[in-house]
Amino acid sequence: MASYSTSEFKSGLKVMLDGDPCAIIENEFVKPGKGQAFSRVKLRNLKTGKVWERTFKSGDSLEGADVLDVQMQYIFSDGEFWHFMDTETFEQKQADEAAVGDAKQWLKEEDMCEVTLYNGEPLNVNPPNFVELEIVETDPGLKGDTAGTGGKPATLSTGAVIRVPLFVQEGEIAKVDTRTGEYAGRIKN
Amino acid sequence: MVSDWRPTASLEAIKARAGLLSTVRAFFAARDVLEVDTPQLARHGVSEPNIQCIPVPGHGYLQSSPEYHMKRLLAAGSGPIYQLCKAYRDGEAGARHNPEFTMLEWYRPGFDLSALINECLALFGELFPGVPSRTYPFRSLFADATGLDPLTASDSELVTFAESHGAPDGLSKSAAVDYLMATRVETALPVEQLSVVTDFPGWAAALAETRCDEDGLEVARRFEIYYRGMELANGYQELTDAAEQSRRFRRDSELRGAQGLPPMAADALLLAALEHGLPACSGVAMGVERLLMAQRYSDQIADVMTFPQHRA
Repeated sequence: MASYSTSEFKSGLKVMLDGDPCAIIENEFVKPGKGQAFSRVKLRNLKTGKVWERTFKSGDSLEGADVLDVQMQYIFSDGEFWHFMDTETFEQKQADEAAVGDAKQWLKEEDMCEVTLYNGEPLNVNPPNFVELEIVETDPGLKGDTAGTGGKPATLSTGAVIRVPLFVQEGEIAKVDTRTGEYAGRIKN
Repeated sequence: MVSDWRPTASLEAIKARAGLLSTVRAFFAARDVLEVDTPQLARHGVSEPNIQCIPVPGHGYLQSSPEYHMKRLLAAGSGPIYQLCKAYRDGEAGARHNPEFTMLEWYRPGFDLSALINECLALFGELFPGVPSRTYPFRSLFADATGLDPLTASDSELVTFAESHGAPDGLSKSAAVDYLMATRVETALPVEQLSVVTDFPGWAAALAETRCDEDGLEVARRFEIYYRGMELANGYQELTDAAEQSRRFRRDSELRGAQGLPPMAADALLLAALEHGLPACSGVAMGVERLLMAQRYSDQIADVMTFPQHRA
C-alpha cells in the first residue's frame, strides 16, 4: 500500500493509524510564523466509528489503508453472518455482526448496500437510504386520522420498530428513511 | 470537475482586493516609500529549514519572499521601499494557506522595531478602523498560556508539555515551542484586538538582529501581529552583519541536512550586498490574502483568491 505525506492528506483519504483503518475527515495546516509547520487531522476510525484528532509534523506520512467502498447485494443471513454478493462478479462476502451493526434492522434480501471492504473483508455495511419493508404487526388505527398525532408503533418484517401514522395497517409496505429510522410513506400495492 | 472553472472568490471579494491594494499604495505614496519590483524567479531560494521553495528546473527557484532582492536594493541605496508581489511556498496548503499567495513587504532604513510596529498599526488603522492594539513580549505571553518560560524551561519540559497537549513525538525544543505557540498561545489572544508580539526567542531570529533581555537571555528583534485568530505581519529589525548572516546560512544548511531537506546554497549575492553595507533598517511582510480574510471575517483563503491551488 502506498504511503501518504501530510501534504497529500485530504478529506476521504483512507489511512492506517495505530493499526486501524481510518478515514480523514479534516486536515488543517498550521504554521506559526516562520516555525515548524503541522497538520492537525481529524480521522474517523472505520472499525469503531470514533473520531480521533491527531497532529503531525509537516512531511510525516501514514500508510494508506486497503479500504474500498463497493455496492453489493444482500442475500441472506444465517444468524451468525450476513451474506452479500457482488452482482457483477457473483463473488460473495460474509459480514459479521460488528460489521453489519445497526444496518441489520434495515436489510431486505436483494437490496443493494454499500459495503466497506478492509483488506477484502466487510468492515462496514451501509443500507440504502430508503428501504421498503412490510408491516407485520401494528394496532388497528382510527379511520380518518391523517395528521401527525404522534402515530403508533409498527413492527417491520426485519424486526425493526418504527412509528407510523394511525391509518397505516398491517400487511402494508412502509417506506423508511434508514438514516433517521423514520416512516417516509407507504407503498400502494 | 468541469464545474470547477468558476472562481472561489465572490465578485465582492475580488473588488475588496482591488480596494485593499489601492489603500496600501496610497498609504505608501503619502509616506514617500517607493514601490519596487524584484524577480520572482531567481538562482537561490531562502535557506530557512521551515520554508520550502518551489524549484524551477534550469532557472532556480520561485521566491518565497522578495526579501533577499529587496535587501540588495537597500544596500544599493534605494531608501525606503515596498513591494506587492506573488510569493511561493511548497507544501503550504490549507484553509489559510495557498502555495502561491500575495505578499506585501516593506523596509524602512533608520527605523527601529517600535517605529516599524507603529507604521504597521497606522496601516491597520486604515484597513481595520477603530480596532485597539496591545503589545506582549513573547516570553510572558507564552508563560501565561502554558505555565512554562520558553527561554529558561528545559528542552524536555517543553517537549513533554507539548506532547501532553497533542504534539507528535520527537519534536525539537524549538518545534515544541512552535507547536504550543500555534495551538495554545495564538488561540488564546483576544480576537477583536491587534495583538503585537515582540521579542521572540533568539533561536527564532531568522534574519533579525538579536539582543539580550533584562535577564541576559537572547531574544530576537522580531515581532508578529495577530488579529482575528490569524498571524497578519512578521517584522524584523534586520540583521546587517554579513559574517553573522553567513553563520546563519551555515546553520540553516546543517539543519536542512539533519532533517533530510533539499540543500539550499548560501546566496552569495546577498552576502556581497551585506558586506558592501546594508543600512540599519527594519522590515515587515504581510500576507495580502490574510488581510482580506480579516477584513471580511473569513476563515478560508479560497474566499479571497480567484483561483486557489485546486482550481488553478
